[in-house]
Amino acid sequence: MAQATKKKPLAAAPDLIAAARIAAQSHFRTLRLGTPFQPRLDALAKTQDWYNWAGYRAPHSLWDEELEYFAIRSQAALFDISPMTKYRIEGPDAEAFLDRVTLRDVTRLRPGRVHYTAWCDDEGFVLDDGTLFRLSPTRFRLCSQERHLPWLLDSALGFEVTVEEETEAVAGLALQGPTSFAVLRDAGFAGVDKLKVFDLAEFEHDGATVTISRTGFTGDLGYELFVAADKALSLWDRLMTSGEPRGIRAIGYTALNRARLEAGLIVANADFTTAEHAIRADRLRMPDEIGLGFMIDLEKGHFNGRRAILEARTKRRLLHVLVGLEIEGNIPAEHAIVYYRKSQEVGLVSAAMWSPMAKRNIAIASLARPYGDTLVEDLWVEIYAMRELQYQKLMKRAKVVARPFIKLDRRTSNPPADF
Amino acid sequence: MKAWDAIIIGGGHNGLVNACYLQRAGLDVLVVEKNDWVGGAATSRELTPGFLYSNCSYVCSLFRPEIMRDLELPRFGLQVISYEGGAVFTRDGDYLANYRDHDAHRREFARFSKRDAEAYDRYARDVTRQCRFIQPLLMRTAPDPTSLRPRDLGELLYLGKKFAGLSSEEMALTLRFWTMSISEFLDEYFETDVIKANFALSGIIGTALGPMSPGTAYVLLHHYMGEVDGSVGAWGYARGGMGAVTKALTASLKASGGTIRTGAEVDHVLVSRGKARGVVLAGGEEIYGKLVVSNADVKRTFLKLVEEKELPDIFLRRVKNFKIRGSSGKVNIALDSLPEFPALPMDSPVYRGDMHFTDSMERMERAYDDWKAGRWSADPFLDMVIPTTLDPTMAPPGKHFMSCFVQYAPPKVNGRDWTDADRDGFAESVIAQIAEYSPGFRDRIIHMEVRTPREIEAEVGLTEGNIFQGELTFDQLLFNRPVPGYAQYRSPVGGLYMCGSSTHPGGGVMGAPGRNAAAEILRDLAKSTSHMSLAHDVI
Amino acid sequence: MTLFDGIVIGGGHNGLVAAATLAKAGRKVLVLEAAAELGGAARTQEFAPGFRVSSIAHVLNRLHPDVMKTLELEKHGLRIARADFIPSVALSKDGPALVLHGAYGEVLTGASSAEQSAWKELRAQLLRYAGILKPFLARRPPDLGGMSLLETASLGQTALALKKLGKEGMRDFLRVLLMNVADLLDEQLADDRLKGLLAFDATLGSHLGPRSPTSLLGLYYRLAGETGGAAGAQWLPQGGMGAVVAAIRAAADKAGVTIRTSVPVASILVEKGRAVGVALDTGEELRASTIVSAINPATTFLDLVGPREIDTGFTRKVKNIRMKGDVAKLHLALDRPPRFTGADAADHKGRLVIAPSPDHVERAFNPSKYGEFSPEPVMEVTLPSLADASLAPGGACVLSAVVQYAPYQLKEGWDAGKPKFLAAIMAQLEAYAPGIGKTVRHAELLTPADIEKRYRMPGGHWHHGELQADQMLISRPVSGWSGYDTPLDGLFLAGAGSHPGGGVSGAPGLNAARRIIAMKG
Repeated sequence: MAQATKKKPLAAAPDLIAAARIAAQSHFRTLRLGTPFQPRLDALAKTQDWYNWAGYRAPHSLWDEELEYFAIRSQAALFDISPMTKYRIEGPDAEAFLDRVTLRDVTRLRPGRVHYTAWCDDEGFVLDDGTLFRLSPTRFRLCSQERHLPWLLDSALGFEVTVEEETEAVAGLALQGPTSFAVLRDAGFAGVDKLKVFDLAEFEHDGATVTISRTGFTGDLGYELFVAADKALSLWDRLMTSGEPRGIRAIGYTALNRARLEAGLIVANADFTTAEHAIRADRLRMPDEIGLGFMIDLEKGHFNGRRAILEARTKRRLLHVLVGLEIEGNIPAEHAIVYYRKSQEVGLVSAAMWSPMAKRNIAIASLARPYGDTLVEDLWVEIYAMRELQYQKLMKRAKVVARPFIKLDRRTSNPPADF
Repeated sequence: MKAWDAIIIGGGHNGLVNACYLQRAGLDVLVVEKNDWVGGAATSRELTPGFLYSNCSYVCSLFRPEIMRDLELPRFGLQVISYEGGAVFTRDGDYLANYRDHDAHRREFARFSKRDAEAYDRYARDVTRQCRFIQPLLMRTAPDPTSLRPRDLGELLYLGKKFAGLSSEEMALTLRFWTMSISEFLDEYFETDVIKANFALSGIIGTALGPMSPGTAYVLLHHYMGEVDGSVGAWGYARGGMGAVTKALTASLKASGGTIRTGAEVDHVLVSRGKARGVVLAGGEEIYGKLVVSNADVKRTFLKLVEEKELPDIFLRRVKNFKIRGSSGKVNIALDSLPEFPALPMDSPVYRGDMHFTDSMERMERAYDDWKAGRWSADPFLDMVIPTTLDPTMAPPGKHFMSCFVQYAPPKVNGRDWTDADRDGFAESVIAQIAEYSPGFRDRIIHMEVRTPREIEAEVGLTEGNIFQGELTFDQLLFNRPVPGYAQYRSPVGGLYMCGSSTHPGGGVMGAPGRNAAAEILRDLAKSTSHMSLAHDVI
Repeated sequence: MTLFDGIVIGGGHNGLVAAATLAKAGRKVLVLEAAAELGGAARTQEFAPGFRVSSIAHVLNRLHPDVMKTLELEKHGLRIARADFIPSVALSKDGPALVLHGAYGEVLTGASSAEQSAWKELRAQLLRYAGILKPFLARRPPDLGGMSLLETASLGQTALALKKLGKEGMRDFLRVLLMNVADLLDEQLADDRLKGLLAFDATLGSHLGPRSPTSLLGLYYRLAGETGGAAGAQWLPQGGMGAVVAAIRAAADKAGVTIRTSVPVASILVEKGRAVGVALDTGEELRASTIVSAINPATTFLDLVGPREIDTGFTRKVKNIRMKGDVAKLHLALDRPPRFTGADAADHKGRLVIAPSPDHVERAFNPSKYGEFSPEPVMEVTLPSLADASLAPGGACVLSAVVQYAPYQLKEGWDAGKPKFLAAIMAQLEAYAPGIGKTVRHAELLTPADIEKRYRMPGGHWHHGELQADQMLISRPVSGWSGYDTPLDGLFLAGAGSHPGGGVSGAPGLNAARRIIAMKG
């Protein structure tokens, strides 16, 4: 009768297979993974202030979020970026594939270079932004906030290319700040001085290879390092040792987030909602609506969303614009509503702070066009400042300003400054 | 002779919800229930000492929070506990688990397919979008598309506006959703059979359809529309068994002055001059009421409780054509200890959730083929839970209650009625399946309650044992439920209303039919409905 | 160098209809057909020495009246007389057949009088409801995003037609629209033969059983078609289906269409999001401002355009079009005409259906879900040589049968499965026409895999995409692109994969041509 009785599960499963399976299953006991750097982070985590970054235990701060920020701007700050989603894209058609998927012209991205890019769905709505590392003529690494394996695999149809998710296998560190070059040089990475901004190169480390790029998320002089997970701790120690006289400090996300805002950089699912996560149809954004229009290259070959983007441009269907704001006073306007003539609601602030470097009250906001686009006068933000259990409501004038809010020569100067 | 303001036939959850709302509107309400206990299919009885069963329905997720609040059910003891996880056991000794934690969930799926693990977000987004579209319709009376009354036109306009608010991609998906099979829908997202089977089960529970039947994608939505305290899609246990729902409703009704008579089977509805005047009990006793509300299914109500001559031909024909084939059974088991599943570590949260053994679409569909052929499934689909892992009140310490929802079980076996031998064979197919994954399971069994569609019909009164009081196919949804022209809780007989799951929005322990019917009755009586919450906003 | 305004890929009946319609509107049109002969799956072919048969489609029942009129097909030799309508014969193994005469059973014989009146009522109802859907056949599906005034008006007409049904009629219409055919038949009929026939007709060509919800739509689709002005009427063309194509070709020729055969198209040329021409297998490139693909949508985009030139979401949708055929085609060269039990001489010239009950059809469907063929297949048999002696040598007979369910992806593979399936079919035939087996001179069985190869129909699916509710109207071929245009400017679809679907109707070709003509420039 019951077919179910015929087969016995667990019949003769060899112990080894069973053991491997049990190990794989047991992730339910560790809901937040540690990164390959976790032992070092744990040792330094005096605040024990953790958050969930894509399933990893990541620090908001390690010892003092204010001072961690200043470590970025005046020394060298080490930030663990291992939880970032990473895809390895390889094959003879890798360039053509990425050119077809992403907005920017990948044929102009030389091996040994990195660019910041974004990719869209068919309707031209942004799926994510991220950095694309060209490791060789046929090998790339794509780093992003969200996960995109089905999209990348489905896009690969017709291309000779493999796409592999390597988030867990590859550890990443951001070393940012004025002394970061000196730290790397003193750590023995000979030739790192030759890296111009957005260059990358491979260096020897602990019998393996570390990829170092002159990139970052702070608007400062800085580098990002990627290494196989099993070499993560030795890399950390190497940097910390050489960096000690240069004031190197490990930092958490709060500090980094301030630096990125000063640099005018946006964060997916903080400053805009990624298309595969937007439940409400009006939350979707085109590149032109979040300040990424510069990436669009209509002259290159076909890329995803081209038709929709072109149509939106020609038919003037762009509904939003993302702008930098300078707000009077010094009270951060986080999540404040933006008004036109103090009365008409025209947008929302997604990130805001008092910028210690610019000495200005800055913000990133999304506005409904034409406000922020052609109409930039008479804009206001209403700040609800909670002070001792009361909202202090402030209506402050906001001025649309260019991003980045700060521009540091040391970010791009060559050779890199040796502070 | 006393004439009640309203007599409700049947003390199921919808009858009680309806009674509560009417009573709270100032009506003098009597509920008559044929059994010696109330609850209908949402009942918990102690069939063996110390064990409280969830005899029929076993999961509380669809019950509308607006109703719980209006009727103060928490005050009367209703408490819902969310599942902690769930799993499908696979034939090779492994399992695929569902965890509440998003990242654990993804990593679990990645054990089977990295691609599917990352496809889940898009799937969840699309399903959520559809649920958001449909959820507000649950607490509204379906419009009559043939009517030109302002109210119907207004409702149609509301529907149209909601639809127009979707993106064109969503619109297209919405239209496809109504007609796709869950199998085809899942094929568009996932590649792994066991992952598809894991999701597909929500598309078949309670229906006389297989996962490859068009229309099952909608059934999935119907099951996803549940929520536990704002967490949409969450399923949970009612503390004290599903009877706790109707127990709380009973207490709420009594607290507001309502009356319940158990052991009072209605023989027929008293009708004179086209209007319902009350009911006659099986013993001949006549009870008068200004209006009568039937919680029984539409077939039972109009083919058994009302004389044919009182009904227009076209209505009668449509009621006869109403599809109400039962497709499921239930095996409730008292266990002297927690069963062990060698595949599953003892500290897994899956024990505190729902467990399944059907690990492929083909097995699920073949189980349905058996039903079509008039047999119970040789390799059945089980939705198995052990509520006592979260709710110790249901069994003596250390002992457990297990509820197995079983599909498929036809209303008739090879065209004839179920026999006791059939019932035992059906139970054996269930026990054999569990024992295959849990050695020693049989030895833990203290007592067992087996319910085929025959028992469900006989005890609960659900025609053909259909747990939704009528199949959930498009021809029986919205303005077609239960029958076209009478989808607004009224019937051709004046003063006779329907409030069971045969009416919009359908089955599951949701309470919405009972509530919506009360709203229509109060409208007819020109009474205030200010004590009834509107559907919560979906923003 | 542009010689042509438009290039039509595929010389099947839809391609020819599109080409002829465009040419009549003054466009210079070139048709490219990969095979040596035009007609696609609507050809007449020799399958054994002296035996000719309609290749796949063998009964004409839905050639759209607008196509007849626009292309003046009567002038080109296609004349359908009422007297030529063929009956549908529901065979019985051991008793008399039940016969629907005239246009889909204007008269029913072989059934009880109660059944006759029940059928009369059901037939009228089905025709009424199919009539509501009929106007949709000859127009673009409505665009939900931004509806034009014209579209709103035509939907308004539908609403009006609905109103005309009366309140109860409209209610019934809305109730049964997406129902399964078996339940509806059980509600209204009693005779298993009649129910079996209707269940077969509703599910023919689709991956559905009669108990599958929405299966009733198949019957509506059939009855929305008409022949010789009569809804549901069926006709066996003299000279086979090739004669129909010949008439359309004659119209195309007269309109000045250039036709090239044996020229497979290798790719569609795309420049900056616009289709600008085609490249042939030979390397030759032909350019035109309008490219019309009257072949399969998946072939068009995945093979000819290529996924590099289209977006991932669109590729996904195209890949998700379900088009795995379940229908096999059987051709038998027989020494002499067979005798089917319970059918008279006139019946033998009709459409003989073996589908004894809805349950039987359902049981035949079940294995196809798991990649197995029906052990007791259901089928529609015609003996075209009885009315057209030119199709077979003297005294001999051609049998043409459409048989299901034969899943495209047979688990054991068709190499191994084909002889077994043929045996299963022959066993069925033997049961209904005893002795037929001994008269078989030659048998040709085309499985969906064969059909795919021979007629370039992916999945061997004659509709070029399952014709189910979720792949109809605004969802055909894919949602967002149901109006014959495509994400590539200048590229249009005109095949059965587009709305309204397959069958020898010419409607997709006609609608596509009208769409192109209506566009500016």
